[in-house]
Amino acid sequence: MTAPPPDDCLAHNDWICGDYLSTRRQILLDALIQHLQLTVSSVALGLVIAVPLALLARRRRWTVGPVLGITTVIYTIPSLAMFSLLLPLYGLSATLVVVGLALYSLTLLVRNILAGLDGVPAEATEAARGMGYGPMRQLLTVELPLAVPAAMAGLRIATVSAVALTTVGAIVGYGGLGNLIYAGMNSFFKAQVLTASVLCVLIAVVFDLLLLGVERLLTPWRRASRRARVRTRAAGPKRLVAALGRRT
Amino acid sequence: MNTVSAVWGWLTTATNWSGENGVWHRLEQHLVLTFACLVISALIALPVALTLGHLGRGGALAVNLANIGRAVPTFAVLVLLLLTPIGRHGQWPTIIALVLFAIPPLLTNAYVGMREVDQNVVRAARGMGMTGTQLVWRVEVPLAFPLVLTGIRIAAVQLVATATLAALVGGGGLGRIITAGFNLASTPQVVAGAVLVAVFALLMEAAFELAQRWAPGWARGRAR
Repeated sequence: MTAPPPDDCLAHNDWICGDYLSTRRQILLDALIQHLQLTVSSVALGLVIAVPLALLARRRRWTVGPVLGITTVIYTIPSLAMFSLLLPLYGLSATLVVVGLALYSLTLLVRNILAGLDGVPAEATEAARGMGYGPMRQLLTVELPLAVPAAMAGLRIATVSAVALTTVGAIVGYGGLGNLIYAGMNSFFKAQVLTASVLCVLIAVVFDLLLLGVERLLTPWRRASRRARVRTRAAGPKRLVAALGRRT
Repeated sequence: MNTVSAVWGWLTTATNWSGENGVWHRLEQHLVLTFACLVISALIALPVALTLGHLGRGGALAVNLANIGRAVPTFAVLVLLLLTPIGRHGQWPTIIALVLFAIPPLLTNAYVGMREVDQNVVRAARGMGMTGTQLVWRVEVPLAFPLVLTGIRIAAVQLVATATLAALVGGGGLGRIITAGFNLASTPQVVAGAVLVAVFALLMEAAFELAQRWAPGWARGRAR
């Protein structure tokens, strides 16, 4: 006698399946960790490149056009093509995905850091100069802190986009949860595809909230005046337009 | 460099351009898919956005839609749709996913464009006795047009990029050259396909850039 076929959600290939979660816990965890590693290192790499670029663009005004132009052109390239273009340079590796995603984050980060620096009130820099601050001290203690809110807005968008885009890395075998989606597609394993997709969205939401918390910690001076400002600023939904679309 | 010459070799081989899997056929699929989805999503998003913008409602909807859109991986949605019953109907999973992702930029930009119309102009038009419909078509839409156009541009470029991803789930389009290259373990073909896709996306962006530059003043928002 052979054992009767199991009559559970895995056998039915249901979308939502508790047994899947318990039996594949290790696989899910590994994919999740890979996803987090890829996302965090790519955004970190993007930040490491974007901050000097933004400062350069601020210091030497003629570089603004080229810097924004080149990063925007990079941003236009579809993700599948980006990963494929980097293939000869990095081979089938996690580095390839990290570099590709970091390149995408550049536009958002540079634009927002620049916007933040440009939004620093002239009174603040003049006061700092009057107090005898040198250029470096002025940048570190006055300009950069005041640019934090705009920069963090860019960082949040870049991070959330990177979480979603990491899945495409499955094409080279380093897509974190994207690998599970890819494998689940080929084997028509519904629970795996849905679980991995939901986890992606959850990661994005968690990162967004975390960064929002970091932003509030970094800008304590905004908290006191926030309530007052909200009241005066009921002007309507200005400046909601994303100048750049989402990446796919 | 070796790869460069191999890629050039692939691109200059005539057999890679013709036939069912050739570049021309894939380009045609890509264009048709992009254009069809752009039209469908504009037909869905623009009437809603213009109505909500005129009424001044749904701002939260427009913003949240754009934010949620960023968090949801396109690839995941494509695969999810493929595994549902819709997946058995050829191109439909791709079309639905593409339309879903093109709607947020169209909706958000058109809505914000309508809301940012100078309220003094709106009041003046009302004072002249314009009806709601006249106000929309003769005042608000022309003034909102630059932002609507930006939304269409973002949606179009995004559609080109997303249509590439459709190849991952067995759809057509230029991305197919890349995925076929991966299956053949042929780096030259992968890179050649990537170059074609990148050039196509950049050309689409450039076409809109030129269109916006040469458009009449009111369409560019010269008055702002």
